[in-house]
Amino acid sequence: MQSTGNTVAPRSWLGPSGIQVGTNPQKPNEGNFILKGDYMSKKKGLLVGAAIAALSLVASVLTTTSAKAADCSSFAEFGKFNNATVKIFAGIRDPEATVMTNVWKDFTACTGIKIAYEATDQFETLLPVRVKGGNAPDIALIPQPGLVATMVATGKAVPVSAATRANLNQYYNKAWQSFTTINGRIYGAPFGASSKSLVWYSPAQFKKLGVTVPTTWAAMEAVAAKFKAAGANPWCAGIESGAATGWPATDWIEEMALRELGPKKYNAWWQGKLKFSSPEMQGVMNKVAAWLGTSAQVGDLKSVATRRFQDAGVPGLKSGTCGMLQQASFYSSMFPAGTTFGPAGDADAFYLPATNAKFGNPVEGGAEFPVAFSTRKEVGAVQAYLASPAYGIPRAAAGGWTSANTGIPLDTYKDPVLKAVATQLQNKSGAIVFDASDLMPSAVNGAFWKEITKFYAEGKSMKDVAAAIDANW
Amino acid sequence: MIPWSDIFHSSWPKIAQILAVLAIFFGFYAIAFAAGARVKGKKQNGLALSLFLAPAIILALTGLGIPAIQTFMESFKNADSSKWVGLTNYTRAVKDPDIRLAFYNTTAWVAICPVVVTSLGLTLATMLNKMKREAFAKALIFMPMAISFVGGSLIWNMMYQYEEPNMPQRGLVGQVMRSLGIPLQHLLLWHPWNNLFLMVVYVWGFTGFAMVILSAAIKGIPTDIEEAAQLDGATGFRLFRTITVPMVKTTIIVVLTTAMVGTLKLFDVIHTMTGGNFKTDVLSNRMVDENFVYLNYGRGASLAVLIFLGVLPITYYNIRSLRAERKHS
Amino acid sequence: MATKTLKRNVGVAHSPRPFTSPIASAIVTVVAVLWTIPTFGLVVTSFRKKEDISSSGWWSAFTNPHFTLDNFRAVLSTGSGEVGTQGMLPFAINSLAITIPAVVLSVGFGLMAAYALAWIPFRGSDHVFYGLFALQGVPLQLSLLPLLTFFATGVKLFGHTIIPPLHIVGTIASVWLPHAMFGMPLVIYLLHNFVSTLPKELMEAARVDGANHFEVFRRIVLPLSLPAVASIAIFQFLWIWNDLLVALVFAGGTDDVAPLTLHLANLGGSLGSHWENVAPAALISIIIPLIVFFSLQRYFVRGLLAGSVKS
Repeated sequence: MQSTGNTVAPRSWLGPSGIQVGTNPQKPNEGNFILKGDYMSKKKGLLVGAAIAALSLVASVLTTTSAKAADCSSFAEFGKFNNATVKIFAGIRDPEATVMTNVWKDFTACTGIKIAYEATDQFETLLPVRVKGGNAPDIALIPQPGLVATMVATGKAVPVSAATRANLNQYYNKAWQSFTTINGRIYGAPFGASSKSLVWYSPAQFKKLGVTVPTTWAAMEAVAAKFKAAGANPWCAGIESGAATGWPATDWIEEMALRELGPKKYNAWWQGKLKFSSPEMQGVMNKVAAWLGTSAQVGDLKSVATRRFQDAGVPGLKSGTCGMLQQASFYSSMFPAGTTFGPAGDADAFYLPATNAKFGNPVEGGAEFPVAFSTRKEVGAVQAYLASPAYGIPRAAAGGWTSANTGIPLDTYKDPVLKAVATQLQNKSGAIVFDASDLMPSAVNGAFWKEITKFYAEGKSMKDVAAAIDANW
Repeated sequence: MIPWSDIFHSSWPKIAQILAVLAIFFGFYAIAFAAGARVKGKKQNGLALSLFLAPAIILALTGLGIPAIQTFMESFKNADSSKWVGLTNYTRAVKDPDIRLAFYNTTAWVAICPVVVTSLGLTLATMLNKMKREAFAKALIFMPMAISFVGGSLIWNMMYQYEEPNMPQRGLVGQVMRSLGIPLQHLLLWHPWNNLFLMVVYVWGFTGFAMVILSAAIKGIPTDIEEAAQLDGATGFRLFRTITVPMVKTTIIVVLTTAMVGTLKLFDVIHTMTGGNFKTDVLSNRMVDENFVYLNYGRGASLAVLIFLGVLPITYYNIRSLRAERKHS
Repeated sequence: MATKTLKRNVGVAHSPRPFTSPIASAIVTVVAVLWTIPTFGLVVTSFRKKEDISSSGWWSAFTNPHFTLDNFRAVLSTGSGEVGTQGMLPFAINSLAITIPAVVLSVGFGLMAAYALAWIPFRGSDHVFYGLFALQGVPLQLSLLPLLTFFATGVKLFGHTIIPPLHIVGTIASVWLPHAMFGMPLVIYLLHNFVSTLPKELMEAARVDGANHFEVFRRIVLPLSLPAVASIAIFQFLWIWNDLLVALVFAGGTDDVAPLTLHLANLGGSLGSHWENVAPAALISIIIPLIVFFSLQRYFVRGLLAGSVKS
């Protein structure tokens, strides 16, 4: 990853050159580009359609998309229907949901397919009940491959339509297919996608301390030390999330495992082959304990356990009470309305640097997968539409959303942060791996949050935490 | 903006639906009553029973009875109910230290909350009876019941929120502690007291129920009985002890047992306030987690059976006290 | 106990209530204030800016007044960001369409069952009553899946359809029955307590006059249990009004059936990013329950039985 030293250039990790596809040409499908889907995992109980939105963007789109008369040529491939309705169930709520459903209006006008959209924060709770009980939606936007597998196991989910598969082959990195491939069949194409390996910071505070965006772990620690010297907590942290309390801390461990151990061992870990109590994982967990698990770094540890994750960096970053926040790109929606993003804005994010040069600069991201529960033609058409540029381009233009769809020209993304994230997500040749905890069995995942919360709340040692989680395999 | 005409257009079928249900329900029973009144003699009892009792029993059995049996079966099966596993789920529940803790916490909840709620509700109902602005005061105490638990958790986070001592406090309790010079505490982490703080949330939410039910019972005490007692010189606490309490004793038992079953099944307070962390978990919350978060139906079902077993002694207590009370009167 | 101190202070012999002292008033006032403080915090918070909420306690709004209507504006607006109560009204109507029939069904059937258990003698009456009581212990969370399966696919035994699927899943009507079912044990239990304490003499006198069960129920039980029915109807109303889970399982959350609770919960935004909207939403959602409370309050009248008991 090349750094040119000014404040803008370190963000080049977000650009094609920063992904380092070229550094390891003989193994293009392994290594540096690791996508992570748990940014909207079930643990969060809530999900986000890559909500990088500033509200102002939302408002501006509403006027542009709904006012124009639709040009139906781009929808011809989806066919014409009479009086067809497709029910979509998801966890994506307002303000993102309104933008999304507004974009759908042209599709409905041109194809005749009405989309009845339903969203709730209880999505992960309800979907298994509804599907097993015989009240499945036509399409569910599922953010966890693990839940996709559970749905496939019920026998009610159906593989993607032929048109969807065509879009998947044409517009997406092959690896995206693997997350929802079960017994050789693909069940979903990624819808919205997002990046997680970000560190949020306030450009104003960085300027005040005279530091630039770090591109190495050591440089990042130097920035942290500056914050400490200035009397602030170097890191912002909050892991409270109701019944899902602890998930941000599981992400820290995942980030570290990926950087320290590399993708292969990362995969072995979520598959249960590498135990939490193994020397490798203990090394990772102790590194996290030193990084974000001491009061010198994040302030009072018990407070970390009770601070809502939404409040972790707002208003702390701006006021300078804490310096940096490791959190996914969706964290931008926690900033107050009117916040500007980018190196010259009110808030910005940089790539969480690598720790082991051997594994390049791994990146984590995620996506939700539209899984169909009906073979009706209109359902397949909607599924294909959601995976197509016909949806992606107007949706990306609307702001607050990124996709792994390469059919969306990068210039469609107006926000510099979004554009950079999308650049990374569109890469077609990098290996892509999903979130570890979301791929683990639900019971292990649940124990993971609960036990890591005990590390903060009760001072439980990482060794005991690991043993307790391992007992759930 | 949605035009009003659209709202009317989409709403009238629903309003018609409400009216239709009411019309069918009351119409059916008007006819049934008229017909039933003509039947004389011994057949009367049977007809009355089938019209009065059968619908309720069918509803209760379909909605709760049969699922309860299914749950019982599932408690002997694995995570996705595909294999019999014998007593595995139960032995694990007994061995798991977290579940044991949840059991102790649940016991504390059942031992403390129903008594507090019932006595507080009785005191308030008695004192408020015929007081000026009774309805307004009742509404204030009753209001927490009307707040959804999403709002409730926000409210109580604003009470218990902890900020470091050098920061402005956002929790009212923390602010009060600081003004009084008491060292700040992580209220929700301060085991075992955090359980008490959670119980406060429940008491805040449930006292309105006890008060309203007991108030209705107190208002049902025939005035002549009270007046007779007053002529005998009974006032104040003696009137309360000799007339009010005995006259509403069955209602006290009913409120108490309802609160007991309620606390045994309690989950939303824990779920929204701590998620079962910080050693505050209870059986019911754990059951919901097993079922909906860990997707382990077998374990969830076994906890449901254990909770149900907890209801049985309450049923027994209830039978005994109500019988004793009836004999007494 | 506080009541002991009261004893000395209560002296008005003609008053029909035990506690008339200023201390009783003081206690009630203190409790009412304590009970209201947390909610009051919610009221204040609903008028504060997001940044203020996350940086200081709500009481600091009084020393440093900085109020906004933005949160209410966001909650009351329609999806496209325009303001008007129309945004919430369709959901409120859905909620009423779910709640009113469900309350009528559960309280109606419950009252009749309570009467049957209390006043129609039959073998096993006690066992039925205690069996119903015990069903209170069944957690509804575990009933959702079996019941939904029953509604959606009916009952099949060895490949034969015994009960066909009810084609109501996905409609408002599919929520009435589950609520009536889940509420039945508690409603019967609470109403039985009132109905069974109606004066025996009254019932017997009516029977002697030749009235049958149907007439007794209509002429005596129904009017006399109005206070109980009113209070239990309030609670059923509240529980169903505030329910989200049952409605979402059976009816779903599309705009034509979604209850107000779903709309309000979703105002918090994906990932809870707009939690500042939760405060005004929670306040608005208690308006209708409070109207119901006040309108049923007048049935909590005293002395319905006055003079009817010869004891």
